[in-house]
Amino acid sequence: MLDNPILRVTAKILFAPIIIFGLYVQFHGDYGPGGGFQAGVIIAAAFILHSLIFGLEAGRRLVPGWANLAMLACGVLIYGGVGVAGMMLDGLFLDYNVLASDASKGQHYGILLVEFGVGLTVTGVMLALFHAFAGFVEADYAATEDE
Amino acid sequence: MAGYVTNLLLLALLVFILVLVIRTRRLFPVVVLAGAYSLVSAAMFVNLDAVDVAFTEAAVGAGISTVLFLAAMAYLPGIEKTPPEAKGIGHILPALIICIIAGLLLVAAAIELPPVGDPTAPPHVHVAPRYLEESGSFLHIPNVVTTVLASYRGFDTFGEVVVVFTAGLGVLVLLAGFTRTARIAKSGKTGIDGGEGDDA
Repeated sequence: MLDNPILRVTAKILFAPIIIFGLYVQFHGDYGPGGGFQAGVIIAAAFILHSLIFGLEAGRRLVPGWANLAMLACGVLIYGGVGVAGMMLDGLFLDYNVLASDASKGQHYGILLVEFGVGLTVTGVMLALFHAFAGFVEADYAATEDE
Repeated sequence: MAGYVTNLLLLALLVFILVLVIRTRRLFPVVVLAGAYSLVSAAMFVNLDAVDVAFTEAAVGAGISTVLFLAAMAYLPGIEKTPPEAKGIGHILPALIICIIAGLLLVAAAIELPPVGDPTAPPHVHVAPRYLEESGSFLHIPNVVTTVLASYRGFDTFGEVVVVFTAGLGVLVLLAGFTRTARIAKSGKTGIDGGEGDDA
């Protein structure tokens, strides 16, 4: 698919809007349909489209193996961290009411952060799955990890 | 009424795709048809006012899982075996009987379900009214799905994220050679970076 101009141009045009749409779904999830799971998959789809058209190596240059792993872990850590932060502020685990001056604001912050964590993990897992199945990942991870 | 007719049409389309999947003997068209199936079900979810689910179904079912199936197909041999010819009805009779019994049971169960959107249905009289009332006026978050998912049921969602994380790690370990053994074997084979990567 590397030398087809139509696919290349279409992918180049679509790549950024898909990510913007993913971010919209991510951060507008309180007000419209969407949330971390959906946004993570949409953003991962943009990178997968890029890899499909421009090749796996280009995709790996864009999101290296270590960044992928970091996303995977950071999402869960952010989610758990918000929960622990609630405990630190004399609340319960995952109690967002105590995160800000009043409960409504706290809920907003908590949900936003938690959804961001979900999005990160889902994006990371989807990209890792794709690269693992596409068979490029072994050499790549080994190379980036030993540095 | 219009929504009902649309749903019926989409359902017919789903059955049509299903028959095509069963009749098709090659993997590539089956993968593409599975993607089409997901897209049609996403349209159905939109029609049922479950936009969040439709989002996920369209992105995961029609998009990424299709790509993953195609990527996984690369591991299969290039030439597919021709399937054996069907040998009369005796060959499929047990499967047919089981399918009909299971199908009838499902239909019998579906008749007992409350109609869609019935406010007196059991799931709508327990905690749901509180969520619906509080989310908009008290928390100022109009999308109740998000409130339930991230706040009221935040602990469950945390579990979900951990499951997704674990699944990702599992695939990395199984497919991407993330194990200690694989790395030691690799470094031993090349002989250049031996002894470096055995601490993780």
